[in-house]
Amino acid sequence: MTTLPDGRYVDSTPYEPDTGAEARNAELDMPNWMLVWLRFKEHRLGLISGLFLLISYVMLPFAGFISPYTANERAPDHLYASPQGIHLFHEGKLIGPYVYPITAEVNLETFSWEYTADLENPAKLEFFCEGSYYKLAGFIKSNRHLVCAPEGATIFLFGADRLGRDVFSRILYGAQLSLTVGLVGITVSFLIGIVLGSIAGYYGGFLDWIINRVIEILRSLPELPLWLALSAAVPSHWGPVSVFFIISIILGILDWPGLARAVRSKFLSLREEEFVRAAEMMGAKPSRVIRKHLLPNFLSHLIASATLSIPAMILGETALSFLGLGLRAPAVSWGVMLNDAQNLASIEIYPWTAIPMLPIVFVVLAFNFFGDGLRDALDPNRA
Amino acid sequence: MVILRFAVFRFITMLATLVVVSVMIFAIINLPPGDYLSNQINELRATGQSSGVAKAEFLRTEYALDRPLWNQYLIWMGFAPGPHGFSGLIQGEFGWSFEFDRPVSDIVGGALWLTVLVNVAAILFVYMVALPLGVLAAARSKTWIDYTSAFVGYLGLATPNFLLALILFYYGNRYLDLPIGGLMDPKFEGEPMSYEKMKSVLVHMIIPTFVIGTSGAAAMMQRLRANLLDELGKPYVETARAKGMSETRMLVKYPLRVAFNPFVADIGTLLPAMVSGSVLVSVVLGLQTIGPFLLTALKSQDLFLSAFVLMFVAALTLVGTLISDLLLALLDPRIRFGGRST
Repeated sequence: MTTLPDGRYVDSTPYEPDTGAEARNAELDMPNWMLVWLRFKEHRLGLISGLFLLISYVMLPFAGFISPYTANERAPDHLYASPQGIHLFHEGKLIGPYVYPITAEVNLETFSWEYTADLENPAKLEFFCEGSYYKLAGFIKSNRHLVCAPEGATIFLFGADRLGRDVFSRILYGAQLSLTVGLVGITVSFLIGIVLGSIAGYYGGFLDWIINRVIEILRSLPELPLWLALSAAVPSHWGPVSVFFIISIILGILDWPGLARAVRSKFLSLREEEFVRAAEMMGAKPSRVIRKHLLPNFLSHLIASATLSIPAMILGETALSFLGLGLRAPAVSWGVMLNDAQNLASIEIYPWTAIPMLPIVFVVLAFNFFGDGLRDALDPNRA
Repeated sequence: MVILRFAVFRFITMLATLVVVSVMIFAIINLPPGDYLSNQINELRATGQSSGVAKAEFLRTEYALDRPLWNQYLIWMGFAPGPHGFSGLIQGEFGWSFEFDRPVSDIVGGALWLTVLVNVAAILFVYMVALPLGVLAAARSKTWIDYTSAFVGYLGLATPNFLLALILFYYGNRYLDLPIGGLMDPKFEGEPMSYEKMKSVLVHMIIPTFVIGTSGAAAMMQRLRANLLDELGKPYVETARAKGMSETRMLVKYPLRVAFNPFVADIGTLLPAMVSGSVLVSVVLGLQTIGPFLLTALKSQDLFLSAFVLMFVAALTLVGTLISDLLLALLDPRIRFGGRST
């Protein structure tokens, strides 16, 4: 203990550095995305869903490689073939993954196909084998498949549909359209929503009034009948790609009001802030103020809420295709596939034609959980 | 008096909205190139049936389809005189269905009431399910009740309506002996309303109501739960508990009332979703609502029929929203006096 000239006391023992401080303050020094990631990680369900979605989307370009058949490849001898299991042990002996070949027979009493498995001759599956040609990621032509059935046997994991096409392969191909339709749609809705919402919120006055009325009107109308009406207007001679894009645009075009309303209300509260006044006084143009000063404030939050409207679009595409007004036959999507399962008879006799509903349910659930987690993680006012 | 003024104001707004919507619908319907009659005329010409061409041409002038689009719209709405004077929607003339070759009002007549009935039933179902479940899930949050209801709710949100319909139909018929297809026994069709018919309709409505309502109920339940949980964290709840009020009484008396407001207000977003769902489910299940007519009309470009059905669907949601707004104004004085926050 020493006494300073002015009479204060100072402890003379050497100063001990606070070892815990760095660790304690680590969170304060982290970049924002890291904080978001830390909070997102706590949301277990959201994390799992996010992983599932990531895997699904990464898989899309390789659908042709993973699936044993191509989307429109027909097996005329195996119409409505029932699902085949993959076995490992034949009569107690391990012989690696194999299937039993199946042969079709018409049951003339019920007029349906019946399949009998040939339990004597297990057909060993081949890996990295050559099958029919497809385009990897849309441009690399290849005929390598991850797995295929040997000569004389088939591998229909989820059965075959009414034309003898493999349901499993078609689900993988269908994912390419069904999963991207929501992304394209949300982009459209995002662009319209942000532009109109920020105009309404920033300028106010008459423009705001007009945009607000449009939002109210669109929100008060049932979506599906309008979707139906719009997609009925798509000319029937258009190719699958144009139909795909126009359908996704149709899905997006009715979705923006919710987003625009959120943007507008944020703008209304933010535009009175000092930093906006300052930017304006320094001569920034409205478009610059909107882009550089206002939007970044809540863009991440908007993305999270956009994630939550993707499922609605996926379901919308499914419904439209199911009713025959969405994507059309040579194109494969989950809705187009479900078109086959439209009547009770097929669900009763061939329940596997309804399998495409499982990926729909999983993806929609995953988007919901993922969006919830993301929103919680990004919400600065979280408890 | 204030409430009356509010009602009149909202009514006028609704009418204005309907007019805007009618323009939009007419434009959308006319988007595809060509129309039913010109398609038919082309087809008849190609096959060389000139008598049919004359009839189609006659219908074309009869329904003013040879005039410019804006004029067609005005005639269709009844704002401008057509070939037979004013005869549009506002005069109660719904036009002619070329596909069915009958007046539109003949075709959709009975279906309109059934559409309203199905939707009202679905709304009631949503409230009856969502209210108790939402309250229960909030009051017993983080218990198995909460988790189960959340799980079922999510599943309801994620399953496409039409598939749920098919599956429930199949199992309902198999195990509960519920009837398949339609909204009533075929023998009652066209019969006057009787007790038996009523019963048949009710039994037929179980599954459609359930299917249409599930996703709405799930969303509503989650919202009610969230609202209620917010309220439950507030100090006045603590006070009530500290004073020894029983949990149920406290819940019903204070937080539920506050959380209830958005519940009623939500009907505005609920209703469009319901109507969407009912159109889809009707097509799948073959209910005699206007859903199936809409689909056939849209596919064959039957101008007046599809326009009328779309108008009706829009009007249905708008009227429903109007009613809910008025109810809300009765419930919550802030809305009446404050006007809309813009």
